[in-house]
Amino acid sequence: MTPFNSDALAAILAAHPERGALLPILHDVQAAFGHVPDAAIQPIADALNLSRAEVHGVVSFYHDFRATPADKPVIKLCRAEACQARGVAALLPLADRQNRVQVEPIYCLGLCASGPAALIGDRVVARLDTARFAALLESVA
Amino acid sequence: MKLFVSCDAAALAVGADDVAATLAAALPHATIVRTGSRGMCELEPLVEVETLAGRTGFARITASDVPALAAALAADGAHPSTVGLVEELPFFKRQTRLTFARCGITDPQSLDDYRALGGWAGLAQARAIGATATVDMVTQSGLRGRGGAGFPTGIKWRTVADTAAAQKYIVCNADEGDSGTFADRMLMEGDPFVLIEGMAIAGLAVGASQGYIYIRSEYPHAIAAMTRAIATATDAGLIPGFALEVRVGAGAYVCGEETALLDSIEGKRGQVRAKPPLPAHVGLFGLPTVINNVLSLAAVPYILAHGADAYAQYGLGRSRGTMPIQLAGNIKNGGLFEVAFGITLGELVDDIGGGTLTGRPVRAVQVGGPLGAYFPREKFDTPFDYEAFTAAGGLIGHAGIVVFDDSVDMAAQARFAMEFCAIESCGKCTPCRLGAKRGIEVIDRIIAGERVSANLALLADLCDTMQAGSLCALGGFTPYPVRSALTHFPEDFGGVAR
Repeated sequence: MTPFNSDALAAILAAHPERGALLPILHDVQAAFGHVPDAAIQPIADALNLSRAEVHGVVSFYHDFRATPADKPVIKLCRAEACQARGVAALLPLADRQNRVQVEPIYCLGLCASGPAALIGDRVVARLDTARFAALLESVA
Repeated sequence: MKLFVSCDAAALAVGADDVAATLAAALPHATIVRTGSRGMCELEPLVEVETLAGRTGFARITASDVPALAAALAADGAHPSTVGLVEELPFFKRQTRLTFARCGITDPQSLDDYRALGGWAGLAQARAIGATATVDMVTQSGLRGRGGAGFPTGIKWRTVADTAAAQKYIVCNADEGDSGTFADRMLMEGDPFVLIEGMAIAGLAVGASQGYIYIRSEYPHAIAAMTRAIATATDAGLIPGFALEVRVGAGAYVCGEETALLDSIEGKRGQVRAKPPLPAHVGLFGLPTVINNVLSLAAVPYILAHGADAYAQYGLGRSRGTMPIQLAGNIKNGGLFEVAFGITLGELVDDIGGGTLTGRPVRAVQVGGPLGAYFPREKFDTPFDYEAFTAAGGLIGHAGIVVFDDSVDMAAQARFAMEFCAIESCGKCTPCRLGAKRGIEVIDRIIAGERVSANLALLADLCDTMQAGSLCALGGFTPYPVRSALTHFPEDFGGVAR
């Protein structure tokens, strides 16, 4: 992850000639800078002939895009019905008892016969119980 | 020696990569093929070895089991983790795998494997018989939309084929957001070429030269598998004149609704469009668009290759063919089970699923995702069929079944249904945007014992408003889990429901 700079943003914009490119651009911006900085909104709007409000509206609509960088490592823990049925509630006190890792809810990783499940970056982890979840928190902190 | 280890996310999530790497180090002369998933999630990581009788499986192998397993494989193959011949396991043997025929068997990225097991025969047939006959064949097969709506796929294709335009699109809905469903993910990771073939057939049938696969961002492995397979198929010249692109979602459940999905591909907020016009007439970028679920498109190559009757011979009533059913939640034998329509809910949960993982009694099952009804045991004789589930006050949706044991609090589940709707509402229509918020508050008052009967009446009225007044299924179907919880489990709502 690098701090925001307009050259890197220009390279991302130049790499997206496809129609309807806003989401692919925002994904690349977030991958590059860890968030979608306010300073990126106007150049993206200019490149796509959109208003600043339209770009902001899209950034704020989707759960994935964040306006500020995460200040801690993030674990996305599935909180949907299948993981509820498999006991994800028992893991929540562990998340609450620490503050080195940000544990965010996610609704379904498609690991519904193997849960409770979590996503860390692009890595998936399943069959979490309190011991495995504690070890996971420790390993990403 | 030839070994097989799944590269499906459900296997990776429990350590399959470590197992494969350790096996490779322990058995340097063995060939290790990374396959898709057999669909038996409880057995992962599953290691299979090729024998004269078929593939023998070793279940729940960890990296630390590998030295002993490697020694056993080098000797007589006896190891305590063995489950015998994988295709003789009841969970596997009782299936009719048409769409998932190759999944778990082949290397998903191997064109040779795909071709060797019947790949591209459907597309070749479509080219031979032409566009009109292809649409007719899909219509005759009785295939209906596997995303949940159950609309006849052939009729949708006919509408797009009959709409004149210089550019048309095929859009694959791979925004599989329903909890308890993972068939789309498993297919894209385990047999991506079948989806590519299905989309190319659709393109040929309706005259579309461009396709998009919209995959949710929660599925990084499916995104990688599809992207790679598209490049392979395109570079090999297998889908000439048809361009395919993966688009990645951004965490909005509502984008699984087809018109919100189209807006999302266009680079907008994923808000639902009013219908009409139908996407078949005015779809992506305002042009005629076929939008189908992954499983609908992936069923098409079989239909073309084997004939409409071969597919339609399976099923019940107006639900023809097979459905990849997903057994999930608190269930002993969870996973993917493809079977002809008509099997009962009880057979699926008790016989095949083996009851709960915790060993406690099954109390409720939610069928069809967060917008699907909760069924009590008394409804377990309901056959898996679009119409039968509608008649029973539910929906099959994308065929996910989430099992709960007797520790479940159904008032909490009803509250969660409203909460999920509030989190995921696109905000365009009032019954969904505000109704879900009010729904949480009313259920909280019921749970707190505040004027229970008056609040239950208010909740019933709110459910009616949401169902009748919402623009799409998110607000419109959220009443299903809420009402079914109230109807079948009134004792969880202070005992005065109904």
